[in-house]
Amino acid sequence: MEDTAIRIIDLHKSFGPQKVLDGINLEVETGKITVIIGKSGGGKSVLLKHIIGLLKPDSGEIWVNGNDITKLPEKELNEVRRSFGMLFQEAALFDSMDVFDNVAFPLREHTKLSDREIESVVEERLRQVGLLTFTEKMPSELSGGMRKRVGLARALVLDPDIILFDEPTSALDPIISLSILDLIRETQQRIQKTYVVISHDILGMFRIADKVAMLYGGKIIEYGTPYEIRRSTKEATKEFLKATKIPGFTGGSYEQQQDFP
Amino acid sequence: MFDAVTKKGLTPLLGILKELGNIGIMFLQSIYWTFRRPFKLNYIFKQMEFIGVNSISVVIITGTFTGMVLALQSYYGFRKFGAEGLVGTTVALSMTRELGPVLTSLMVTGRAGSAMAAELGSMRVTEQIDALIVMALNPIKYLVVPRVIASFLMFPVLTSIANFVGIIGGYLVGVKLLGINEGAFINKIIKYLDPEDIYNGLIKAAVFGIIMSVISCYKGFYTRGGAEGVGRSTTEAVVMSSVTILVTDYVLTSLMF
Ligand SMILES: Nc1ncnc2c1ncn2[C@@H]1O[C@H](COP(=O)(O)OP(=O)(O)OP(=O)(O)O)[C@@H](O)[C@H]1O
Ligand SMILES: [Mg+2]
Repeated sequence: MEDTAIRIIDLHKSFGPQKVLDGINLEVETGKITVIIGKSGGGKSVLLKHIIGLLKPDSGEIWVNGNDITKLPEKELNEVRRSFGMLFQEAALFDSMDVFDNVAFPLREHTKLSDREIESVVEERLRQVGLLTFTEKMPSELSGGMRKRVGLARALVLDPDIILFDEPTSALDPIISLSILDLIRETQQRIQKTYVVISHDILGMFRIADKVAMLYGGKIIEYGTPYEIRRSTKEATKEFLKATKIPGFTGGSYEQQQDFP
Repeated sequence: MFDAVTKKGLTPLLGILKELGNIGIMFLQSIYWTFRRPFKLNYIFKQMEFIGVNSISVVIITGTFTGMVLALQSYYGFRKFGAEGLVGTTVALSMTRELGPVLTSLMVTGRAGSAMAAELGSMRVTEQIDALIVMALNPIKYLVVPRVIASFLMFPVLTSIANFVGIIGGYLVGVKLLGINEGAFINKIIKYLDPEDIYNGLIKAAVFGIIMSVISCYKGFYTRGGAEGVGRSTTEAVVMSSVTILVTDYVLTSLMF
């Protein structure tokens, strides 16, 4: 298998006069968790939407499975998309379906599993995110964090080769947040798929990341292991990391942060 | 000066033409996806229930009162010539050829067209449409096609109901209230109402169903700008569908009759 799951080359995207992506270069390793950090409004979600072909770049290339997906026609693009799963920032659950049907939907549309098999897979996923007792609730009856967890279950349900997570832990309390991070780490280690996680929850991300990429000013200005990133001498990265230090708490200094696995 | 005038007049006109073009494209896409497997029958049934079954009471009330008022008005006119016997024919022809299809379509547009635009609009702004695309599923097939097919099938059914209750309403007012001879009322309807009047009215209704659903889905599908955008799409969907239905009605009528 190729080492690089996604190769992004010189990706540019502007909305009107606003330059959001200004020459992104990034290689996402197969079977690893790559975390993209960067400040709010920095273009992280926009980058993720390019990777799955929801947005078309102004210029640049994105290579997945030997295809430049920015040039693929819709039909072939859909073939590539079948190997993807995605958790949206606001979960994007289907309003018209209850929790169970939301998670079952990809299975019903893309597999030939029987109702009984679907039920057992969906229940397993919902148990993992701690929502097994909420199968019959509608999305409008859930809190933001619960919706996020249903979205996570839905993104994982087909065991896709590449999963994109847009802020998996935002809107979650610290305890659930931790359990979701553990779930992401644990499923990834079990099935060895490629995960791309974007976030500004830096502490949490260093917990799960194999590689970290720092998005700043429309470019990836830093790429490396969490250990390397923490030792960065780049101003922007240092500033970003400094903002997460709380005196007296874990993560309050670089030394203490090393305690993380 | 001429330049300025043409520019001012042309820009909105070009905008409208472009939008009509895009709506036409969505129509063609929905035809294409209608004939692609797998067929989403349960989605179509759900929409048929929403558009058809849930509109029946509105259509019955509208149809009945339209038939009743038609009887009243035409009686007032015909009495001057002593031709009260023609009231039944007038009610039946007006209902089947014109008011049945048009009023039914306008009422259902207000009910179901606004709902379509609002549903698809909120799916757009909360990224549910993107979620479908990411799952490699075509949103036209899952969202637009069921609504267009259901409208195409249900509009003629609802129109038939409106026609029927309208004629009953006309009968009640004409015969029971105004005392027109029952035999004359019914015989004249049978004599002058061709099956073709009914068919053509139903064909119109089916066309209106397509117009309403495609425009409303289009407006919802391309919603921008959050909750406010959803509100705007909903209003635009109803206004544009209604106007287009009325214009198309004239065109179809002049072609058919
Ligand atoms: N469809 C769009 N049209 C116009 N501008 C957009 C669009 N999507 C995003 N933007 C702009 O691009 C910029 C980056 O947005 P993006 O959603 O990628 O930020 P982000 O890094 O994900 O932030 P956050 O962490 O808050 O989610 C923002 O300034 C936003 O206004
Ligand atoms: Mg974002």
